[in-house]
Amino acid sequence: MTAVRCVDLCKTYRQGEEDIKALDHVSIDIAEGGFVCLSAPSGGGKTTLLNAIGGLDKPDSGEIYIAGRRIDNLSKGELAELRLRQIGFVFQAFNLIPVLTARENVEFVMQVQGVPAGERQKLAGEILDEVGLAGLDDRRPADMSGGQQQRVAVARAIVSRPELVLADEPTANLDSKTADGLMELFRELNEHHHTTFVIATHDKRVMSYAKRLIRMLDGRIVDDIVQDAA
Amino acid sequence: MNLVFRLAWRNLWRHPRRTWLTTGAMVFSNTLLVFMIALQFGMYDLMIDNTLQAFTGHLQIQAPGYKDDQKMRQTVADIVPLAESLRAELTTASIAARGTAFALVSSEERSYGIAVFGVEPEFESNVSTIPGLISKGRFLGASDAAEIIIGAALARNLRVDLGDELTLLGSGRDGSFAAAVVNIVGIFDSGVADFDRSMTEIPLGLFQDVFYMNGSGHHVVFDAGGIDGVAELQSRVGSLLPPGQDLVVHDWDALQPGLKQAIKADMSSAFFMYGILVILVAFSVLNTQLMSVLERTHEFGIVMSLGLTPGRLGRLVLLETAIMGALGLILGAILGGVITFWLGIRGFAYPGMEELAAKFNLPARFFPQVSAMTLLIGPAVVFLFTLLAAVYPALRLHRLHPVEAMRAV
Ligand SMILES: Nc1ncnc2c1ncn2[C@@H]1O[C@H](COP(=O)(O)OP(=O)(O)OP(=O)(O)O)[C@@H](O)[C@H]1O
Ligand SMILES: [Mg+2]
Repeated sequence: MTAVRCVDLCKTYRQGEEDIKALDHVSIDIAEGGFVCLSAPSGGGKTTLLNAIGGLDKPDSGEIYIAGRRIDNLSKGELAELRLRQIGFVFQAFNLIPVLTARENVEFVMQVQGVPAGERQKLAGEILDEVGLAGLDDRRPADMSGGQQQRVAVARAIVSRPELVLADEPTANLDSKTADGLMELFRELNEHHHTTFVIATHDKRVMSYAKRLIRMLDGRIVDDIVQDAA
Repeated sequence: MNLVFRLAWRNLWRHPRRTWLTTGAMVFSNTLLVFMIALQFGMYDLMIDNTLQAFTGHLQIQAPGYKDDQKMRQTVADIVPLAESLRAELTTASIAARGTAFALVSSEERSYGIAVFGVEPEFESNVSTIPGLISKGRFLGASDAAEIIIGAALARNLRVDLGDELTLLGSGRDGSFAAAVVNIVGIFDSGVADFDRSMTEIPLGLFQDVFYMNGSGHHVVFDAGGIDGVAELQSRVGSLLPPGQDLVVHDWDALQPGLKQAIKADMSSAFFMYGILVILVAFSVLNTQLMSVLERTHEFGIVMSLGLTPGRLGRLVLLETAIMGALGLILGAILGGVITFWLGIRGFAYPGMEELAAKFNLPARFFPQVSAMTLLIGPAVVFLFTLLAAVYPALRLHRLHPVEAMRAV
């Protein structure tokens, strides 16, 4: 079963006089349980592709399937529901709600999903332990390091066990040790829960964790290799 | 505490000064509204009660046309038995018959033109406050005794006192010459200049004799206790009128047309002012919530990416506004209530009040009363408009595109 399937995606941005092809006939299949790195130099189209897969942005043409269901023609509300229930997002930085504590940030999405309060609190506590934040439940983002914040974001993304986690440069603001810790965590989740990961990065260390490495350049896929993870 | 509520609460206090300023505007206007409305409605009640309960009553049975012409011969026949049967029928004592005449009253030294009212001594005190305002002597006794009560100012003008005799000269119902000599048994001090200067009361039996009324009178006066039940009472009385006689039942608005008009005019100018106040508050809320939404664009972008719909975020913004509005409502109602309550004990006067006071028989100091209605109506309207003002910022969220919003800093 394919977790993500993209067929001939194109997306063009207009910048002044120039047309920029952010996605140029991109087709990929990502199997369930995949652990994929998207790598490209800056401006290569990583974010554009992730956003399209996550239903945040529509491609100009092409088709996208998540777990076999076509999503590029869904309505805004259906896409929101899809993201809420099936996809976990981790962004580069600044992606927590500043007035909520670590645990509340994790709980918030579950509340929207309709998880009852008791279960919510239990799950949030467990997942924070799992990402190595035991004891920091009641800290606000401003009182945590960048690495700790990013772990909270990861905890939030994975707490309701989505089938697919999309991470856009999750380690960009982390030192190499913390980045390693985060990648170990991703790999563990991938192995234990069979969660599919698609991680956009241009960090060599991150790429070394991937089971499959897709390289992009100017909106095109230039390389797609299966590798032994580090 | 519910997580969404907690989020809304903390969002409010991200900018404590801004939130307090906006809440402060609400508290201020709510306090003002509570006080002004209590004052205003208290004043209206007093105007109505004092004017009507002093003498006019809430309803009167009269001959058609009497209200406008006040001719002696526009009478209600057999008025005492009529009043008696109405009292029995409606099981209330607050009904009394009256006759009205104009006469020249003379003491040994002076003469004045005055109004002479013939009243039922045992029932008049149920429909008028004058009998209770006797400051010297007593009220009228037997129905045919040659007695009179007069106002304090008239007593001064006539240079008379209790026990002195007065001569009344006038014309009777049929136009013939009417005269009587009466004894002053009481002097009243109502505080209303018109009453004290030119009103007198004699027993109705005597009145009917002196003015050749032949058992008739001019008004059957009803005190309905308050203005709330007047319309209902009016239709009941209408159905109880004796057949074969042409009579009408006037309510207080017909009897005192100036009263309702004065209240209406005062009300519309007051509500215009309140309206402006409420709109100013609403705009300050609009401004605050618009700012608070705009500065959270990045954050909203993130939560929308996580799957929150603009509708949900809009509800969050409305909840934040509702909390702020509730804060303003509670604090404003409390503060306004306390101030009003305190002034209700201490009394209150404002410049220009004497004019109204003189016209409608009001005391020179006023004691506003707090009630649930005066406490909540103003703040409730402010709350409503506060929520309305947040609708636009909340709807703006629908224009937000998650990717673009996240790009914002
Ligand atoms: N909203 C936009 N308007 C105009 N051009 C855009 C927009 N978004 C992306 N682009 C352009 O599309 C191309 C691909 O951008 P994208 O953000 O996908 O690259 P990226 O690989 O994520 O780069 P980075 O590593 O810098 O994040 C770039 O040239 C970028 O300038
Ligand atoms: Mg990018």
